[in-house]
Amino acid sequence: MKILVCIKQVPDMESRFKPDSAGGWYSDTDLAFRMNEYDEYAVEQAVQLKEQLGGEPEVVVLSVGPDRVVEALKKALAMGCDRAVQVQDPAAHLKDPWQIASAIAGYAKGENFDLIFTGLQSQDRGSAQVGVTLAEILGFSSVTTIVGFEYADGTATVRRELEGGLKARVQLKTPALVTCQLGLNVPRYPTLPNIMKAKKKEILTLPMADLLHEEARSATVSFYPPPKRSGGIVLEGDVALQVDQLLDILRDKTTVLR
Amino acid sequence: MKTLLIAECREGRFLDTNYELFGFAEKLGAESAMVLVGRQDDLPAFSGKLYLADAAKYGEYNPDLHKKLILAAVEQEKPDYIVFGHTSYGWDLAPRVAAALKAPQLSEVVGVADGAFELPSCNMKMRRTVKPNGAPAVLTLQGGAFPVLKPGGTPQVQPLEAAGESGVNFLGYEPAVAKDVNLTKAEVIVSAGRGIGKPENVPTIAALAKALGGELGASRPVVDGGWVDHAHQVGTTGQTVNPKLYIACGISGAIQHLAGMKKSGFIVAINKDKDAPIGEVADVLVVADVMQFVPALTAKLAK
Repeated sequence: MKILVCIKQVPDMESRFKPDSAGGWYSDTDLAFRMNEYDEYAVEQAVQLKEQLGGEPEVVVLSVGPDRVVEALKKALAMGCDRAVQVQDPAAHLKDPWQIASAIAGYAKGENFDLIFTGLQSQDRGSAQVGVTLAEILGFSSVTTIVGFEYADGTATVRRELEGGLKARVQLKTPALVTCQLGLNVPRYPTLPNIMKAKKKEILTLPMADLLHEEARSATVSFYPPPKRSGGIVLEGDVALQVDQLLDILRDKTTVLR
Repeated sequence: MKTLLIAECREGRFLDTNYELFGFAEKLGAESAMVLVGRQDDLPAFSGKLYLADAAKYGEYNPDLHKKLILAAVEQEKPDYIVFGHTSYGWDLAPRVAAALKAPQLSEVVGVADGAFELPSCNMKMRRTVKPNGAPAVLTLQGGAFPVLKPGGTPQVQPLEAAGESGVNFLGYEPAVAKDVNLTKAEVIVSAGRGIGKPENVPTIAALAKALGGELGASRPVVDGGWVDHAHQVGTTGQTVNPKLYIACGISGAIQHLAGMKKSGFIVAINKDKDAPIGEVADVLVVADVMQFVPALTAKLAK
């Protein structure tokens, strides 16, 4: 059995974002990057499945982007993936979801994967398109937003999260792709011995140009902070003073302290 | 200009949130037809064309067949835009339709800008304006970004059929776990988010809730992490609340959380990140370390 996990490297969402010189995406300067949170669940689920099947499946982890994404790949290898593929593209941020999915499909179609795990969406762009689009190109069955995963004999039984606390139980046969929602499992922290072991694992680099033969289907016009809503009061400074200010406001504007 | 609006049916009911699709179409100044895999006895109140497939036959979640049904309606309608809600139904189905049509897809549209669309990014701290290359384009709309609009009237129903195999087999719904905590009736809710740092700090937040005679709420990450039980979760996958006072402690303000609490009477957010999206809905943003501020506030209330 062969498993693919697709991950993205994204900035820490608590960062301050500034447009780059082209004005279409954020400037990388001063940002700390990490593995997209949703993708940590995807990696964990793939590694758990490998363990469940006695270590037989090969788990390949793939990321598209500039050379910094190797750090995210190394983390996935330390979590238990067997080998990594970097689709090398310093300009990945200029590609639309269709192009990213097409490039991954360009790699995956010759590899005969049985199962593909991706995150539900990326934290920075949030299109939630790449996983399903990849499955459509490859002709795989797919289900999004899973919060439960079981596998036996070529069939995955998953729980899909819907709105309002409702969940759906869904079954699909391999080859299949699932997109992982937060809370699917508890992603492990790489241990030091596993980090050392991961250093010996293969990281294959493939140029984007070899895999992508599709034009973009959408174009970014501009990237900017949303308009600030006026009217909200901001309290800064000394904590004791902030407490007094807040209590004054609550007495004035609400009835809960009366 | 023509839009084909894709409605959603859940447990046999036409969802009210579908009416936001009409709000969007009006903002665009477009004519609308609608696709519904639903029930003959629960139809939307509008007088346009409704492509109706029977949910008893096609299921409420059957992405392979729903895709085919939508493609059949697209074929007849030839819309400029195919519009879904950005929900578990929409984000699952939209990329399948876009891939089949070789069409551009833009996700989670929050605004319209002259042939282009505004999309949130970076946890709503930033926005992008994006233009689809060519028509039709597939769009998903952020919940609450466009107003609910009930056009009124009775639709002209056009039956929709599709055939084929499905690779995805829906086994059934698991009902939401019974809530022993009813946040919807609370006058005050004090919610804990990841910014409180560690599970050991939850009692500090609960103590403030108690001092205010309120209930403890929580954001998704602290529930997923097992710090607080799911019964306390506020947001699209938890409870939707509107207390007189909502205090968000160390919650950055993901859209799923905001959707569950933004109708609260008065909102206070305590966050060390002045740019956190929770500030967009807060009446008061206290820029502070939540674990310094909350105990100080609780102590003052006890006096």
